[in-house]
Amino acid sequence: MALKGQQAQYQQALLNAQEHPSPWMIVWIALRNHKGALVGAGVFGFITFAVLVGPLFYPYDPAAIDLTVRNQGMSWVHWFGTDNLGRDTLARILSGGRVALSVGFTAMVLSLVLGTAIGLLAGYYKRLDGPLMRFTDFFLALPLLPLLLVIIVFFRDTLSSTFGQNMGIFLLVVVIIGITSWMQIARIVRSETLALKEREFVKAAVSVGTSGRHIVINHILPNILSPIMVSATLGIANAIITESTLSFLGLGFPSDFPTWGRLLFDGSNYIQINVERVIWPGLAISLTVLSINYMGDALRDAIDPRVRNK
Amino acid sequence: MRKHIYLIGLFLVTSLLFSCGSPQDSEIATVSSTDRNNTMESTENLESVELNGDSRTLKILYWQAPSILNPYLSSGTKDIESSSLIVEPLARYDSVDGEMVPWLASTIPTMANGGLASDYRSITWNLRTDVIWSDGTSFTAADVVFTWMYCSNEEFGCVSSNAFKDVAQVVAVDTHTVRVEFTKPMYFPYGPFVGSLTPIIQKEQFKDCLGAAAQACTEQNFNPVGTGPFMVEDFKANDVITFIANPNYREEGKPYFQKVIFKGGGEASSAARAVLETGEFDYAWNLQVEPEVLEGMQDTGKGELLTGFGSNVERIMVNQTNNDSSLGREKRSLYLDGTNPHPFLSDLNVRRALSLAIDRSILVEVGYGDTGRPMCNVIPAPSKFVSDNNEECKTQNIEEANRLLDEAGWVRGRDGVRAKDGIRLSMLYQTSTNSVRQDTQALVKEWWSQIGVETELRHIDGAVFFGSDQGSPDTLGKFYADVQMYTNNFEGIDPSEYVESWVCEEVPGPHNDWNASNIPRGCSADFDALVEQLEVTEESQDRIETIKQINDFVVQNYWEIPLIWRARVSAKSVSLKGVKMNGWDSELWNVADWYRE
Repeated sequence: MALKGQQAQYQQALLNAQEHPSPWMIVWIALRNHKGALVGAGVFGFITFAVLVGPLFYPYDPAAIDLTVRNQGMSWVHWFGTDNLGRDTLARILSGGRVALSVGFTAMVLSLVLGTAIGLLAGYYKRLDGPLMRFTDFFLALPLLPLLLVIIVFFRDTLSSTFGQNMGIFLLVVVIIGITSWMQIARIVRSETLALKEREFVKAAVSVGTSGRHIVINHILPNILSPIMVSATLGIANAIITESTLSFLGLGFPSDFPTWGRLLFDGSNYIQINVERVIWPGLAISLTVLSINYMGDALRDAIDPRVRNK
Repeated sequence: MRKHIYLIGLFLVTSLLFSCGSPQDSEIATVSSTDRNNTMESTENLESVELNGDSRTLKILYWQAPSILNPYLSSGTKDIESSSLIVEPLARYDSVDGEMVPWLASTIPTMANGGLASDYRSITWNLRTDVIWSDGTSFTAADVVFTWMYCSNEEFGCVSSNAFKDVAQVVAVDTHTVRVEFTKPMYFPYGPFVGSLTPIIQKEQFKDCLGAAAQACTEQNFNPVGTGPFMVEDFKANDVITFIANPNYREEGKPYFQKVIFKGGGEASSAARAVLETGEFDYAWNLQVEPEVLEGMQDTGKGELLTGFGSNVERIMVNQTNNDSSLGREKRSLYLDGTNPHPFLSDLNVRRALSLAIDRSILVEVGYGDTGRPMCNVIPAPSKFVSDNNEECKTQNIEEANRLLDEAGWVRGRDGVRAKDGIRLSMLYQTSTNSVRQDTQALVKEWWSQIGVETELRHIDGAVFFGSDQGSPDTLGKFYADVQMYTNNFEGIDPSEYVESWVCEEVPGPHNDWNASNIPRGCSADFDALVEQLEVTEESQDRIETIKQINDFVVQNYWEIPLIWRARVSAKSVSLKGVKMNGWDSELWNVADWYRE
């Protein structure tokens, strides 16, 4: 009985929502109808869940060497096989996934904060526009990999002694990816801010004496959330790929610290003996990045009314 | 089979996902099509090489491409070995234990045949009289004298100048006799003109290239006239060299091959594949690839591996100075007359325990296969110099290592790491980026954790680690780590100079631009005394004993922990015969005897 009552309530809510849907409800409904987004969210949710919870249940330690089971294929004992030192591939992928996702999220947040702040300031305050945009251009012109090599040489020891080696490298990688990927966001935010600044509601706010800070935070920021959110999802994907590239090049994290890029790199020599070593990390990287991209695409379509109503 | 169906299914799922149409999609597609173009291009190159081929063409692949054919200007083994097809020394080292064989000389001079002066201050070489340069002129003592003048010219910066540093002068006694005079008694006088580093070049061709002019002599450096079995037909620097047989070669009917295509570029595993698996090439050099990968390639039966053991030993260097990052440039990893000792690696028990905990045969099995052997000495060969006092290292002994540390007062903490007086046994272990080395690191870290030593791993790009950039903190000379691992060896077959590596004077520091040989920074008056004793020892058996003592001193003080005696690894196709892999000289030393069956 109770169940039936609940169902009725839910349907009523849905009807109400369809009559006078809140803006976020509309976005949610649009998202629900986007098949790519659903599959993407499913895959991404699964990977996140597996990476967070998996190591608690999976009986192998990613660093445990067992020379009796070297180069094994997939089996019930070692689900994804083992590498040439007998380390379990699934355990390493799960632990690598934690790194990939945390690097992705942290770097994304960093670049988002930087990009949004700089974009808002440049767009709203005319006298800051020139200097800040030239600053952005300067960063756009920086080549990431050589920069990274130099930074690693300069700061690795200091950071390692303060935070420990792995944490030090983690911070280094995150900060570097963060400070080299905020420029696109800044440009988008600036152009949106420039357009919004001339709209009537902002002018009205200015005319009643609202402070600049208040206008930026309460009137402009909420209205440019959609491009920011889309950039955020794409930013995660970008950061994951950059981290993989670094590990693939043998930079970044130490060799006993598995990351997806590192696993792929180590496995590439063994592609003919033990193809699982390349397939699984490769698949993990592509699926994660793809699913995030699909979610980002769908979010953009859902938030933008012009696209949504087509 | 079931596994494969599963994989195909996964591929289908991913390809479906890719084809769902998004901007990302087209990006991926372009990437893969450029990839395909690249591979097509490279196969085309290989095909064009192959079209020239017949059974009298030898195809050699060096994955580092030669950039010059003058060994005195070489930038690495690749240049020296490619030029060894053209220019030759007076004597070479044999493939067996590095015995000397006369090459352009008719005999090896010794005390017995009167070639070596009784005061060890000069050596007289008798040259073969039947040797003709590839341009038809005859080879004489003047060419040998000129070679010395060429390389010892101070304005030149000769790569092999070390071989001539104790030479006072080289005199042509007659047209086919040369006397090399030394500035001091040389108990091993076979440095100059022996081995692939100091071959004879033609005076007529190089006479205008002395001193500073050497670099500008393009024609000479890219197309030297030689006495060897081959001469250059076409040289594309950093790509491919075409050699043709030298019509004036001294031995009738040799070389068998009329043409040699010497291709450069690529990397070790693809080079191995080109010989062992696809058979595109006859010979490939320096295949440092994981043993199981090589084994898989050999299954096709098209090629076989060659190993040549020389003096290469992969070893762990144990830093005897404090390398704490808080010390700063003025103190970090500097010896400072012994006032800056390492906090715990200065304890012999710790160093000994580190060595005991390592199972060298597993390292060989995982990383080297047939191309390495467990090794407990820093001098692994020639056999007369090898000490047999250190064999205990070949068996891993974790209990003994733990007992040593317990006795020395290093107590396990709650985290399993030993400590004494607040000093934890926690180390940074660095090496160059190379998958075999990273596997070795992982294994050693595991064993050291079993004796309560915590290890952090670091790997550094080879170009930086082995480089000589003084600004970089990551070079092996700076040694900003507790232990580091790489391979070292000595030139030629005589370790007398090499054993001086560990004298106090050779400790690296800013005064010698960190470019000195005592990398572990061990310094001991007893050791220096041994080296001094060697310098005045004349009798060869006594010298051998002293060299063994020096080896034992380094090994038993654990300044260096030897791990693996490494072979040179190359591959040849099954049809290629007559190859004698050499760990002491150029691998192509007897290419005149190679033939196809």
